Formats: sequence, structure tokens, C-alpha cells
Amino acid sequence: MTISVTSPLALEVLGLRKSYGDVVAVNGLDLHVTTGQCFGLLGPNGAGKTTTIEICEGLNTPDAGTVRVLGRTWDRDAHWLRTKLGIQLQETQLAEKLSVIETLTLFRSFYVNARSLDDVIGLVQLGEKRTARVGGLSGGQKQRLALACALVGDPQLLFLDEPTTGLDPQSRRQLWTVVEGLKAEGRTILLTTHYMDEAERLCDNIAIVDHGRVIALGTPRQLIASLDAEHVIRLGTGDAGDDAGTVSLAELLTLPGVSGGCETAGSYELRVGSVQAVLPPLLALAATRGVRWTELSTHSATLEDVFVALTGRALRDG
Amino acid sequence: MRIETLRQLTLARFREFTREPEAMFWTFVFPLLLAGGLGIAFRDKAPEPSIIAVVVPAAGDSAAAVVASALGATRVMPDSAPLRARTIPADSVDDVLRTGTAALVVLPQAGGGVEYRYDPARPEGRAARQVTDDVLQRAQGRADVVPVRDVTVRERGSRYIDFFLPGLLAMNIMGSSIWSLAFAIVTQRNKKLLKRLVATPMSRLEYLLSFVLSRLVFLGAELAVLLGFGVLVLDVPVRGSLTTLVALAFIGAAAFGAIGLLVSSRSRTVEGVSGLTNLVMMPMWIFSGVFFSSANFPAVIQPLVQALPLTALVDGMRAVMLQGASLGAVLQPVAVLMAYLVVCLAVALKIFRWQ
Repeated sequence: MTISVTSPLALEVLGLRKSYGDVVAVNGLDLHVTTGQCFGLLGPNGAGKTTTIEICEGLNTPDAGTVRVLGRTWDRDAHWLRTKLGIQLQETQLAEKLSVIETLTLFRSFYVNARSLDDVIGLVQLGEKRTARVGGLSGGQKQRLALACALVGDPQLLFLDEPTTGLDPQSRRQLWTVVEGLKAEGRTILLTTHYMDEAERLCDNIAIVDHGRVIALGTPRQLIASLDAEHVIRLGTGDAGDDAGTVSLAELLTLPGVSGGCETAGSYELRVGSVQAVLPPLLALAATRGVRWTELSTHSATLEDVFVALTGRALRDG
Repeated sequence: MRIETLRQLTLARFREFTREPEAMFWTFVFPLLLAGGLGIAFRDKAPEPSIIAVVVPAAGDSAAAVVASALGATRVMPDSAPLRARTIPADSVDDVLRTGTAALVVLPQAGGGVEYRYDPARPEGRAARQVTDDVLQRAQGRADVVPVRDVTVRERGSRYIDFFLPGLLAMNIMGSSIWSLAFAIVTQRNKKLLKRLVATPMSRLEYLLSFVLSRLVFLGAELAVLLGFGVLVLDVPVRGSLTTLVALAFIGAAAFGAIGLLVSSRSRTVEGVSGLTNLVMMPMWIFSGVFFSSANFPAVIQPLVQALPLTALVDGMRAVMLQGASLGAVLQPVAVLMAYLVVCLAVALKIFRWQ
């Protein structure tokens, strides 16, 4: 008889390092995922998210650092772990000649304590496509089938690597609904994404990853609050003509109400507490200098702005 | 190991193969077409007469006219005659020989002699010379001094198709064993499906065994189709026991399956593994004696030829089908195949790239 000791930590990663030749993919990364939460790794392409998640999945080995999954380690309990984890890889293409139900039956056969097929098919909303060949599914349907394959073993911990990358907006929202259903079942989920809206909507906790390490950690709310600014003003500094005057970022930062800012390709972004308070002095300064902004827009601060504030780069720029 | 896992993996292999019309064609239909075509080309026929040409005798040369007449060139011969002769003008002798429309040209010489022109490298040429000379000499009164009686025997199993079918069976086993593994494994690796499977509790042994099982099913079908066609339609004999033949086929399939596994153990792309597969199979198509006896190759390369697994399987299948050999009599080819099985399997498992 085995006694299962449930650790409050579903996943614990300490000092993880991994290099491929001269390229450092993961550079001292720490993660703590508690049971029952949906944890997001948010970062641009090449930040080391996939390498990290694959090490956690036992598909890759770290150069240094420790990984405990469900309180166990891959060197000692690999088989046990495989029975408890649900995995969706970024690029898996399932066999095109098999039908949805055949593919799921195959994956189901790998697990002793598996969920019923109807259950899983209902959860990922593929009921109408039960007997359709995988080759004939849309991108979103294929992703949901991949998710179903991850779920069929009734996993304690789910790893989803960029589950919505490459999908159209409607398919993304549909997949989010499915993931929210999984959260409602109380499953622990680690998901990677480079979409801040996805992380904001799905994740209880987020680690922002860049260059192989965690640069910020917290709930979406905490991360945005860390900007110390409710809003962002974006000023386009593109070609406004030779006679137009200029204003430096340093000058803008001295304006009252501006808590921070940075310069990205062709624009300034200013973090502000109140747009109403900052705009009059900003426009006055522009008028005295003869500055012509090619763009002036404001929006509520998002995770994207957190990333920009931390790295000086936009998420999508990679 | 879970039976259900094994069953589902095997079923998946089976479904993927049967839903690929091209794979079905090359495994089942193409060999049948090949065997059927060769069966027709080399079917049983009455012995062909020798086709010869006789140069028109010069007008008034009575001795030459006698020669032409004796060879039947000036009269209609019955169909059973060993010679079929026609006359040609003197200036077309070279043409006839070059185009091969006659195996032998007879040039009657002034005064009664004849000159034969033929290519001694061609068996038809040598046979035509022999037959023509006999007919001519006897017509002119030669008496054979030794009494001769011909007893002709039609040996079933000595036709080309009889020789070819065991080779075709062996070649098909090689092709389908290597291809089915190489294609399926490399495709799964390329599409990261292999990596996804490895991330489940599925054991690697279950994965590999599913290939063995699905191959067994398809091998049975291949054997039944090709052998059935050979025996029932082409009347090819199976002199040894069917059990021995099937056992040999399975050992061969296992050996080539191991070679297929080795070939596909590292490749990431189907293009890459295709090249490798052709590289492995090409020498065997040429040297292993599928289409003609491998004994025709020079003695220097014989050790190499004999060491090829396809040579072993072809020789073994021929021995069982045509000579009625028992399993004990084909131990050498079996040993060669087993050696390939063990070595290739061991190396393949050692270097196999699971991700």
C-alpha cells in the first residue's frame, strides 16, 4: 500500500539552468506552483519557457538546479510522474489518418485510471467531431484534441505549452473556455504563453520570464499595480517633418504625475497615475517646443506594459 | 506492459497503414503485377524453332539451290520443324545479323559448300548453327552412327517465374519491413508525436512491440497474397513445408525490421530516411540474386554478396520452395538473418532518438 503525501507545492523549481552550446536558454530560474492554481509563464519567444516546461515534463534534463513535481523527482519516480501528468507540447501533430475518438482511445489506453472518453470529448467541445479524421480538423480543433489527450489520463498537474499560439481569435477564446473549465475542476495548471491577455484572463499567478530567468512574479493585479501607474500614454515620435521640435524622454519624466517611462521603437511610453492630470502640462510642453506627435494614445496599464517597463522591449518583439 | 496499450498501439499502426492507399498498392498490388507480368513473359510454350536466313542462290547454281531447298527456304515447312528459314538477297546479310531478325545466315558457296555466319556469344546463334548443320548434312545423306533416343522432361519449377517468385517474396519482405518502420517512426519523430508518446506512461517496449505485431499481421497477408497468386495462378511449386517457408519469412521480416529500426533510429525527416533506406536496399536489389542468380557475380565479391541479408533470405526461400529444403538445410541463411536481427536491434536501441 502506498501512502500518497500531497505536497502543497505541485511544482517546485530551484536554480534551473540549461544551455545549448553557447546559448543559455534557462539561467537560474525559480518557480513555486501551489496545488490548484493556474500558473502562467509569460515571456517573449526564446525566453526559455519551453525549455523550462520540458524539463518539468521530464522530456529534457537540466544542467543545474532541482525540479520537484508533485513532490517527486524525475530520476527516481519517472513512471509514476508520467501517470500523474497531462502534457500538451507546442508542436505535436497527431496522426492525421486516425479519427478523434481513435486518437483519444489510443492515449486513454496508456493510463490505468483514465477518464471516460465522453467526458473528455465533452470537456473540449469536440462532440460533433468524434468520428472525424484528425487531418480534417481546424487548427483550434486540433489544439483542443491535443488538450483532450492531455486530460484523458485524469492528471493532477497539467502542462500546456503555448496552447493558443497560431489560433484565430475565436478559437483562442474557445480554448480559454475549456481551460477555465479545467480550473473549475480544481486542476493545477502550468501554462506558457506570450499573449498577455491570455495570461491576464487565465492565470492566478504569473511569472514573467526573460532571458531564462523570472523577472517579475505575482498575480496579474499585483504585477500591474507594481507599475505604480493606472494608465499609459503613448507618444509617437516618428517622422514629423524637419521643422518639428523635439522633446527628450528625460524631460517628459520630469512632468508632474509621470511615474516612469521608456523609449521603444518610434515612441515614448509614459506611465501615469492620472491621464487628466498629465495631459495639460504635456500638451503645453509640446506646444512651446513645436513638437508634433504622430500618435497620442492612452490605455489602462496591462501586463504588456509591465513587460515593457521591466525590459524596455515589447513582448511581441521577442 | 499493458495488453490494452499494446492493442491500441497496434490498431493505430494498422489503421494508419490501411488508410494509406499508396502503401497498400506498393505492398500488395505492385508485386502481384510484377509477378503476373513476368509469369506471362516466361509462360510455358513449345520450343521455339531456330530462325535462320539463307542467301538466295545465284541463278543456275544448282548445288546452292539444293542447300536452300534442304533447309526449307524454298518450301513451306510444318510448324514442328526445328528450323524456320527464309531467303534473303546477298546484300542484306549484315543487316539481318545486326538486327537479330535471324540467328544464323547461311551462305551457299559455289560448288556445294556452305558458310555459316552467326554470333557465338548468343545461345540462339550456337543452337541455330547446330540444328541447321544437322538438317543439311542429313539431307545430303549423312548417316548418324550412334542410335539416339530423346526423352524430353518438362520439369515444373525450372521456369523463370519459378526462380523469380521466391526472390520476389524475399524482396517484398525486405521492402515492406524496412519501409513500414522507417516511414512510420520518422514521421512520428518529425511531427513530435514520438516525443508526445514518450511523455505518457506508455513504455518504449510497448511502442516497439506494436510494430512487431502489426508487421506480423501484414506479413501474413503479404505471404498469403503473393504465395497464393504464385501457386494458384502461376503454378509455382512449394516443395518444402509451408511451415518452414512461413518460419523463414518471419525470421527474414524480423531481421529486416531490425534493419528498418536501425535506419530510422536517428533521422528527423522522411527525406533523410528515404535516402538512407535506398542506400541500404540498393546493393541488395543488385547483388542478392532476386532477378538472376547471384552466382553470376565474380568470385572476388562473393563473400560480400553472401553476407547480404537479402541473399540469405532469397537463397533460403528458393531452397525451401524449389528444392524442398527443411529448416535444418537452410541453417546458414537463418544464421545470417539472425545475426542481422541481433546486431541491428542492439545498435538501434542503443542510439535510438526518442525525441
